[in-house]
Amino acid sequence: MRIPITLKSSTNTDKIFKIGVTIAATYVLAILVLMVYELSIGSFPVWEEEGFSFLTGSDWNAVEERESFGAAPYILGTLVTAALAMAMGVPISIGIAMFLSEIAPKFIREPLSFIVELLAAVPSVIYGLWGLFVFRPYFINWIETPLHNMFGDNVWFLSGAPFGLDIFTASVILAIMIIPTISSVSREIMLAVPNQQREAAYMLGATKLEVFKMAVIPYSKSGLIGASILGLGRAVGETMAVTMLIGNAIGPAAFPYSLFQAGQTMSSIIANEFNEASPAGLHIHALIGIGLILFGVALAINIVAHLLVARVLKAHEGAVQA
Amino acid sequence: MITAKQRAEFRTHFRYNVKKRLIIDKIATGIVIGFVALAIIPLGSILLEVTKNGSAALSIEFLTQIPGAIGTGEGGIGPAIQGTMLIIAASSMIGVPIGILSGIFLSEFGDNRYAKTIRFFNDVMAEFPSIVIGIFAFLVIVLVLGHFSLWAGAFALSIIMLPIIARTTEESLKLVPITYREAGYALGLKRWIIITRIVLSSAKSGMITGIMLAVARIGGETAPLIMTILGSSQFFSGFDGPIDALPLRIWRLSLLPYDSAQAQGWGAALILILIVLSVNIGVRYIFLRKSGGAGLFYFRSVKRRQR
Repeated sequence: MRIPITLKSSTNTDKIFKIGVTIAATYVLAILVLMVYELSIGSFPVWEEEGFSFLTGSDWNAVEERESFGAAPYILGTLVTAALAMAMGVPISIGIAMFLSEIAPKFIREPLSFIVELLAAVPSVIYGLWGLFVFRPYFINWIETPLHNMFGDNVWFLSGAPFGLDIFTASVILAIMIIPTISSVSREIMLAVPNQQREAAYMLGATKLEVFKMAVIPYSKSGLIGASILGLGRAVGETMAVTMLIGNAIGPAAFPYSLFQAGQTMSSIIANEFNEASPAGLHIHALIGIGLILFGVALAINIVAHLLVARVLKAHEGAVQA
Repeated sequence: MITAKQRAEFRTHFRYNVKKRLIIDKIATGIVIGFVALAIIPLGSILLEVTKNGSAALSIEFLTQIPGAIGTGEGGIGPAIQGTMLIIAASSMIGVPIGILSGIFLSEFGDNRYAKTIRFFNDVMAEFPSIVIGIFAFLVIVLVLGHFSLWAGAFALSIIMLPIIARTTEESLKLVPITYREAGYALGLKRWIIITRIVLSSAKSGMITGIMLAVARIGGETAPLIMTILGSSQFFSGFDGPIDALPLRIWRLSLLPYDSAQAQGWGAALILILIVLSVNIGVRYIFLRKSGGAGLFYFRSVKRRQR
C-alpha cells in the first residue's frame, strides 16, 4: 500500500474531509426536519377542512362528496393498546432484567441475554403471522373465553364475545414484542449500579430481593423509567403485528370500549388504507395527518426516554468503580 | 441487664424474621424465573411453528417461480426473494456510506455540542416508527416521480439503517487506541489518511457487525414498504415499477382466506427468519469471538438503542 506523505500538518484535503463527514452527519438532522415539513404540508388539506375536529371527531368516511375524517378512535386505540402492553410487559421485563443482572449464575447469563435479544430481532410480520395462526386459537380458548364467561356480564371491558382479532390479543402480542427491548436496556442500567451499593446492603444482612429493592432500584429508577418509555415508543409505532391482530374496525366502532372488540391504531389504519386512498381526495391527507400525529407522539416519547437513560449511564461513567 | 428469657425471645424473633425473609426471597426468585420462561416460550414456539409449517411449503419451484393464481397454492415467492435482496443492496448503497461517514464525524470530530445533538437524534431515529418513515418516502419520492419504485423503498429503509450504522461505527472507532493515531501523526500523515487507512481498518470488524445487524433489521421491515414498493407478482423489471419483498408477501398471503396461501406464507416466513436470524447469530458468533471489543460493545451498548 502506497501511503502519501506530506510535511504540512494541516492541509486542504483535511479540511475537505472534515466538511464531508460533517455534511454526512447532518443528513439525519436534515431528514428529520424535512420529515416534519413534508408531513405538515401533506396533511394540510385535512387540517384546513376538519380543523380541530380531526383530533376529536370519530367519523371516517372516504366516499367523495361526503368525506369526513376524525382520528380520535385511532389515537385512543394506540394509547389503550400501548398502555395494556406496558402494564403486562414492564413488570415482566424488569423481572427478567433482575434475573439477568442479580440472580442468574454466570453461565446462564450470557446465553439468556442473547436469546432475549434474538426475540427483538424477529421481524414484526412474523410475530403477526404467529399471533394470527398459532397464538390466537389458544388465546381464545384458554384466556379470553374463560374470562368472558366468568366476568363478561358484569364487567364492561370484558363484554362482547371473544373472537381473537381484538384489542386484547393485539396488546398481548405487543407486550411480547416490547419485553426484549425493555429487559435488555433495564439489564444495562442495573449492571451500571456500582457494586458497593449492593455490598453495603448485603453486609447489613439483606436477602437478594431486599438488595434489589434497597440498593438497585433506587439507584436505577430513572433509567428503568427511561427503558420502559423506550418500550412504549416501540409499542406506539409498531405496525404489522398489530394490523394483523387488532381486527381493524373503522369509525366510531373503533373506539376502544371492550377488550374483546375489534379496534384500530394510528399505525394500523395507515397500513390498511394507504394504498387504497386516492391522492386526489382528502383520504390520503387524513392518513398523512395521522402520520404527523404519530410522528409527534413518537418523537416526544423517544426524546424523553433517551434523556432518562443517558442520565443514568452517564452517572455511571463518572462513578467510582470497584 | 438482658435476662436469659429476653435473649431467648429475641433469638426466636430473629429466626422467624430471617426465615420469613428467606421464603419471600425464594418466592420472588421463582416468580422471576417464571417471567423468563414466559419470555422464552414465544421465541421457541415461533421457531418451531415456522420451521414445521414452513418446511412443508419448500421446494425449488416455491423458491424460484412467480406466484400462481390466488388460492391455487401454485407458484412461489421468487419475486419476493429477489426483491428483498435488491432492496437490501439498494438501501445499503445509500445507508452504509452516509452511516459510516456520520460515524467518523461523531468519533473523530465529535467533541462539541453539534456532534452531541447529532448523536442524540441518531439515537432517537433508531427507534422511530417505520411507517412514518414510509409515508415520508412516499411523499418525497413516490409522489415526485409518479410511480412506486425500488428506490423509494430503499430510501425509506436507508433512513432506518443509518442511525444504527452511525452509532456502531462511532463506538468501534472509539475503541481504536489513541496510540495508533499518534503513530500516524508521528509519520507525518494527514489526518484523513490516518482515519481512513489506520483507524477504519483497525475498527473493521465492529463496523461490519453494525452493518450486518442493520441489514438484518431492514430485511424484516414491512410497514415502510407498503407505500413505497407496493408489492408485485412479477420479477424485477426496472427502476420505475413496483417490486415485491418477502415481508410484504408474508403479510399479503396471511390476509388471504385460503389454506394454501397460509402454507405459502409460512414458507416465506421460514426464508425470512433464516436470513434475519442467521445474520444475527452468525455476526455475533464470529465477531464476538474474534474481536472481543467491538463486537462485545454492540452487544452491550448499541442494542439498547436499537428496536
